[in-house]
Amino acid sequence: MTTSADAERSGAGASTLTGVDRLGELFGTTRAEGRAALIGYLPAGYPTVKGSLGLLTQTLDAGADLVEVGLPYSDPVLDGPVIQHAVDAALKAGVRVRDTLEVVEQLSARGGRAVVMTYWNPVLRYGVDAFARDLANAGGLGVITPDLVPDEAAGWLAAADREGLAPIFLVAPSSTDERIAATAAATRGFLYVASTMGVTGARDAVSDAAAGLVSRTRTHTDLPLGVGLGVRNGAQAGEVAGFADGVIVGSALVSAAEHGRATVARLTTELAAGVRGQHTGR
Amino acid sequence: MTSASTASTASTASQGLAGTTHEPDDTGHFGPYGGRFMPEALIAAVDEVAAEYDKARHDPAFLAELDRLQRDYAGRPSPVTDARRLSEHAGGARILLKREDLNHTGSHKINNVLGQALLTRRMGKKRVIAETGAGQHGVATATAAALMGLECMVYMGEVDTERQALNVARMRLLGAEVVPVTTGSRTLKDALNEAYRDWVSTVGHTHYILGTAAGPHPFPMMVRDFHRVIGLEAREQVLEAYGRLPDVVTACVGGGSNAIGIFHPFLDDAGVRLVGFEAAGDGVDTGRHAASITGGSPGALHGAMSYLLQDADGQTLETHSISAGLDYPGVGPEHAFLADTGRATYEPVTDAEAMEAFRLLCRTEGIIPAIESAHAIAGALRLGRELGPDATILVNLSGRGDKDVDTAARWFGVVDPESLPTEEPLPAADADGAAASGEREL
Repeated sequence: MTTSADAERSGAGASTLTGVDRLGELFGTTRAEGRAALIGYLPAGYPTVKGSLGLLTQTLDAGADLVEVGLPYSDPVLDGPVIQHAVDAALKAGVRVRDTLEVVEQLSARGGRAVVMTYWNPVLRYGVDAFARDLANAGGLGVITPDLVPDEAAGWLAAADREGLAPIFLVAPSSTDERIAATAAATRGFLYVASTMGVTGARDAVSDAAAGLVSRTRTHTDLPLGVGLGVRNGAQAGEVAGFADGVIVGSALVSAAEHGRATVARLTTELAAGVRGQHTGR
Repeated sequence: MTSASTASTASTASQGLAGTTHEPDDTGHFGPYGGRFMPEALIAAVDEVAAEYDKARHDPAFLAELDRLQRDYAGRPSPVTDARRLSEHAGGARILLKREDLNHTGSHKINNVLGQALLTRRMGKKRVIAETGAGQHGVATATAAALMGLECMVYMGEVDTERQALNVARMRLLGAEVVPVTTGSRTLKDALNEAYRDWVSTVGHTHYILGTAAGPHPFPMMVRDFHRVIGLEAREQVLEAYGRLPDVVTACVGGGSNAIGIFHPFLDDAGVRLVGFEAAGDGVDTGRHAASITGGSPGALHGAMSYLLQDADGQTLETHSISAGLDYPGVGPEHAFLADTGRATYEPVTDAEAMEAFRLLCRTEGIIPAIESAHAIAGALRLGRELGPDATILVNLSGRGDKDVDTAARWFGVVDPESLPTEEPLPAADADGAAASGEREL
């Protein structure tokens, strides 16, 4: 791991900080630096558990501020072909829920910041309280839940609060103002702004809806806003960094992962430059 | 045998929408089941469907049009047939068949599809999508789309498009586009995943006609309501013909739409047992089955909390049944609730038991049932032998079996399998879930 991350961790007294605190610290830092955070997604277990740990480590080393560790699930309805293919491969290779927790633990031990991105049924099956406890013990900061809305999340919100984990929900272009407000009120750490109506996947252009949704969302919350769905290169990252607090890159990193660590490092470096190339405007 | 009751009833489809004393809460929960476990991006769409459905069910013009279509287009009401020769194999119990197989497109599916297609038009949407296993809910949706001038796209697992090529052709003849799904297990659950992925991208102009009483609120309630006509008619028909209610009402359960449709109007009849029969495939203890309530556990899949077949990590398990219409790892949330409260019970029926019932119904009554429905027949035979000649058992014969000729002929070895694909003569329809039988290694 980078020594700067280690220094930051020890300097901040990480052991006494909750996941919510550490996300707050991250976005405080990036805002102070006048830039957006770079958030990279890769699934645990792809291509192997050890391989995914290596790729996620590479992503952090090359400039990602936070990683989303994907928990592979058999029915990922919000994911496009690239991520579907990767999680299918991970499941076929036998990845388990505990492997995702193990990857988070290893990343945390090196000073990296990690949240888990998971569909809800694996957490239900593991036990919501047990998952929250084990993820917090592994050093995870929070959980992004693409198919869980706050309306159904009472048990999870209580468990997350108890463990200091950030429950990270999504808003979409179709969300009403009322739902944006309610979703933001239940969210800690940062709010995931899904920039387009559609599934995950790299796109040629950043959706026109993204900036509008971000400004609409800002009228309801002071939470940092991470924009995801469709970012694939440094220029797009720079564009999104112009209006968001975090730039989330998933499918493009997974595609890069097919070519190995060097390609992941190259893309991450480019994206990290992108998020630094432009001020957030806030 | 002759029909013991007339086909005329005072019950109509629109009465199914009139509201009941067994409703979910405002956000679609039946006890701990149901709800909305789905992406935020689709919440606005299901809110719109719920609001529009609520308006439609109180709109006399909508209700009149639904009744007109169900009568003049789908052929409702469907008769009840007294299966007297079959009864000899059921301990002498009276077996009454609710003949949903006689509806247009050959199954109960048309009840829901016509309702949702009308709703699509009300919402001003021009395009519908559907998931299908072997093509049957897809055929019904393509039918309604043709009737109402809607663009139609049907998602179907690649495995199913290959083994049900004829149904793919039927949907295309009706003007629908059929998309083979190549992800995951390439069967029904993956077709559902792909339909959701389409919907999240196209929701502005597209309605998703979900094929069973499952998924996020309001689908379990709304699809149930469109199918309640089955039980409303049957209850009235049986009372009129026999002066009493049946002792037991039975149906096959995949997603559970035909079962909830016939069960629901009997919920307040405390003396009437409700028994659903799930697909046990090779047997629940073999792990090769699709009996979600009998062999599953609670979890969230495809938008709702219910029983499902999952592994220790919550990954969805692959299912096995000779009946592709029941070959699904989940079940509608209201069934999960009825199972927990004990108001309905759910029992497994194996492939072999279903096929024996299939053969018996063909030979004793001259009715070729859908293999899905044959599970309910098998269950009724079992119940009849248990209850004896004084019992009256109402069975939802949810679909006809033309679509299953290939599978059945292979099972019984009655036709050269090579000659089968060109011999199946009629449009098919499935009995439950969203699919029909595909061929199996027998």
